[in-house]
Amino acid sequence: MSAASTVPPMSAAGEIERYTFRERLMHWLTGLTYLYCLATGLAFYSPHLFWLADVLGGGPTSRFWHPIVGIAFLMCTLWMNSLWHRDMEITETDKRWLDRTENYAANRDDLVPPQERFNAGQKLFYWLMLYGALLLLLSGVFLWIPEYIPRQTAWVRGLMVLVHEIAALATIGGFLIHVYMGIFLVPGSMTAITTGYVSRAWARAHHRFWYMRVTGGGQREE
Amino acid sequence: MSNGPLQIKAISGHAGPVPGRDTSRDYDVCKLIDVTTCIGCKACEVACLEWNGYPFRETVFDNTYQTMPDLAWNYYNLIRFNEHVDEDGSLSWLMRKDQCMHCAEPGCLMACPADGAIVQYTNGIVDFHQENCIGCQYCVTGCPFNIPKFNSATKKIHKCTLCSDRVGAGLEPACIKACPTGCLHFGTKDDMKDLAGTRVKQLHEHTAHKNAGIYDPPGVGGTHVMYVLHDINHPERYGGLPKDPQIPWTVRMWKGPLKWIGDLAMAAGIVGLAAHYIRFGSKKIEEQPKEAPK
Repeated sequence: MSAASTVPPMSAAGEIERYTFRERLMHWLTGLTYLYCLATGLAFYSPHLFWLADVLGGGPTSRFWHPIVGIAFLMCTLWMNSLWHRDMEITETDKRWLDRTENYAANRDDLVPPQERFNAGQKLFYWLMLYGALLLLLSGVFLWIPEYIPRQTAWVRGLMVLVHEIAALATIGGFLIHVYMGIFLVPGSMTAITTGYVSRAWARAHHRFWYMRVTGGGQREE
Repeated sequence: MSNGPLQIKAISGHAGPVPGRDTSRDYDVCKLIDVTTCIGCKACEVACLEWNGYPFRETVFDNTYQTMPDLAWNYYNLIRFNEHVDEDGSLSWLMRKDQCMHCAEPGCLMACPADGAIVQYTNGIVDFHQENCIGCQYCVTGCPFNIPKFNSATKKIHKCTLCSDRVGAGLEPACIKACPTGCLHFGTKDDMKDLAGTRVKQLHEHTAHKNAGIYDPPGVGGTHVMYVLHDINHPERYGGLPKDPQIPWTVRMWKGPLKWIGDLAMAAGIVGLAAHYIRFGSKKIEEQPKEAPK
């Protein structure tokens, strides 16, 4: 979606629409498919977490669906890319934000440079998940149907297990931070991604450039 | 020989301790295959099918004396054939009975994520329990001998059991019983080593096979299936028997350091985020408009 040119609708209470229905649907489908792959993947990863596979219908069932839901996850991620890639490009504003990440992390938000629709942290998470999903699918194919991979290239399969595991761990790191921020750190963000609306104060505080653009509140100051 | 009931000493994908861990019986069982006396009759292949209840099947003719190109999920035992021409121009037909080697350090078991799908008994037999198999085929990646085979209909993996059901009842494996030349032997590992040593000495003294030797690869901790080969320096001539089989380093990495690094990182991540919340709390926003910072 090119949010750049459209002014989003506002609710009766003067709230601003942050995510359209399509974006919210896409987000939650991505989240759901990722969660399934995460739970079943962790079951295959560690004997101590194998109970996750039992909860989800048993080991064979989890093994059967993990790659298929994985493809669905990649599809959702590509859908996300088609909706958001323009909003996710790293800009000069982001570089200034990234120089002051410690201020953002310590909640000294007055010292954080104003941000566009997505801040640099969200953008990094986005690119991590996109490339992570691509890498997971690419390596996952080798784990999915090893019987079709000739014995001469068996070493590739071993390597792909490592790639799959490292890529998964990287996305888990991003995912943990994402869930923590959505649920605990930034009040209002959960409402935003479920109902689609945020208060004006929320938009002003967290995404000032975006707020000014969508409300016509003056030119963006660089 | 009697083994009594089979006791387990290693279990795949198992979270808790294993009762028989690090124990071993007074004797490990072992199959000895003296390839120098194998005539390639395939009686062992037939006996294996009969005992395990698998149907006979059409052979795949590929201009050799091999029944088919590779093992299959319902074909645990295959005589590999290779026509080898030596440097001096002499020709030899190399026959090798190929089946699971029952490694002391099994790569399949290390790679397997399913609790109880692969077990190792204290007598050395590595056995697959299909009811616990999830069909992921990681064991195929872990095995340096290319043994486990996938049944795509049932999504289960199968391989030679060393007739654990027979051995548990005090019988020898079916293939041993069928062998007409006495090239197959079964007993304790120590006894088989002695027997193999005697045969190798005989080959050194009475034949031209001066490089004859015992194949019991140390890279996988030794195996519970051993070969006497005419030329121990060239095991790969016998239908691709690996010279120095190892569990792939990728599998060792993945089941070793990466496992605890990953576990630790995930746990530390969760603890770290909780600590962050306790230290900094959630972000507050000002309800009153304020000038944008320049």
